[in-house]
Amino acid sequence: MKPAPFRYHRPSTPAEACEALAAELRDGAGAKVLAGGQSLVPLLSMRLASPPALVDINHLDPAAGLAAIEIRPEGVHVGALVRHADLLASEEARLAQPLLAQALAHVAHPTIRNRGTSVGSIVHADSAAELPAVLALLGGSLDVGSVRGTRTVPAEELFVGPLESSLAPDELALGATFPALADGAGVAFAEVARRHGDYALVGVAALVSNDTVKAAYLSVSDVPTVIDLTDVPDDDLGEAALSRLDPIGDIHATADYRAQLVRVLTAKVVREARKAR
Amino acid sequence: MSEDLHEFALTVNGVTHDLAVPARRLLSDALRHDLGLTGTHVGCEHGVCGACTVLLDGRPVRSCLMFAVTAQGAEVTTVEGLANDDDSLGPVQQAFAECHGLQCGFCTPGFLTTITAGLRDNPTPTHEQARDMIAGNLCRCTGYQNIVKAVERAAELSGEQR
Repeated sequence: MKPAPFRYHRPSTPAEACEALAAELRDGAGAKVLAGGQSLVPLLSMRLASPPALVDINHLDPAAGLAAIEIRPEGVHVGALVRHADLLASEEARLAQPLLAQALAHVAHPTIRNRGTSVGSIVHADSAAELPAVLALLGGSLDVGSVRGTRTVPAEELFVGPLESSLAPDELALGATFPALADGAGVAFAEVARRHGDYALVGVAALVSNDTVKAAYLSVSDVPTVIDLTDVPDDDLGEAALSRLDPIGDIHATADYRAQLVRVLTAKVVREARKAR
Repeated sequence: MSEDLHEFALTVNGVTHDLAVPARRLLSDALRHDLGLTGTHVGCEHGVCGACTVLLDGRPVRSCLMFAVTAQGAEVTTVEGLANDDDSLGPVQQAFAECHGLQCGFCTPGFLTTITAGLRDNPTPTHEQARDMIAGNLCRCTGYQNIVKAVERAAELSGEQR
């Protein structure tokens, strides 16, 4: 239950962090970025992962702005060092995009949210996590940097497999942009877990606007999945979603039970998102 | 293979300690093994049980999910730092004693740190908020009823002290 040895880098600027990531990749297997560590450290301790090096971004110069939440015209921009607890507590973020606070309240327990970062959760790309599904539903994006420069990755190109993002091994996530709630649109989030704070058996987020109805699913597929439910009659929402999903059974819930949760939660969140408009 | 040691200062309960440890040293192990502060308990060691919870700049965090080297520059508070200045029990500790909020005591340090921060943020929790405050910590002895009572009693005691 102790991590294997690793080389430790503590950059003070994002550029130094990218240098360290590039150097580690040149010399071998590459490094992992350590932000909140609430998913990474257990993986290291259980030796499910043993990267040769970590790049600890917790001590980056605050002037780099990675700990900032900014309300921009295009949406809520969340820096890579913003902790879940800070984003959940941000009144400005909640007003601009209420789905953030609705989903964040389900992310683990407050103690974990004090340390875990929202952007880290996105690049960890766990399909059972709330924020990847939220970013996918809203059509948000991730800003990433490397020694080659910066680029913006749209959410639909970000999640490629279980715990796998499309980032290159030497890229550093700098921040995520969650589009603001449009006028006349409504959002809702619901999940069922064995206990509040546990991983969801199924979670669903909905976005309803003047001409579209969309839902995003977590803990159902290998990657967060967005389904367009525009023009589907209310009584058929659950079945329409299931026709595009193939829930799996595991120790926590059977496939049938997950399918039933998809039916019930889809109808519930679409109804609530309509009401919230 | 000998590992690189990182030398840095770690501030725990207001006292600054010089450490020289590998980067992989968990904060929980640094507290217990390197500094001898064995009040912080290690249960599951992967962030589920909450026994190792300490305050980092006043906020509860799992010390088993952090490397000691990352805590450089922060103020760490462990259960040893929760007593009153005259060494008498702090309000949360006093409430646990009064309400029989512990049996074996293994989980208690994590509850005490979590509740200390919880009552600072919300000094007068409702019964439901008191339950919610401790939802991230596991106790296998008490059945939680007396711990919830202790949260409510600690809120009273803290109110009297103010």
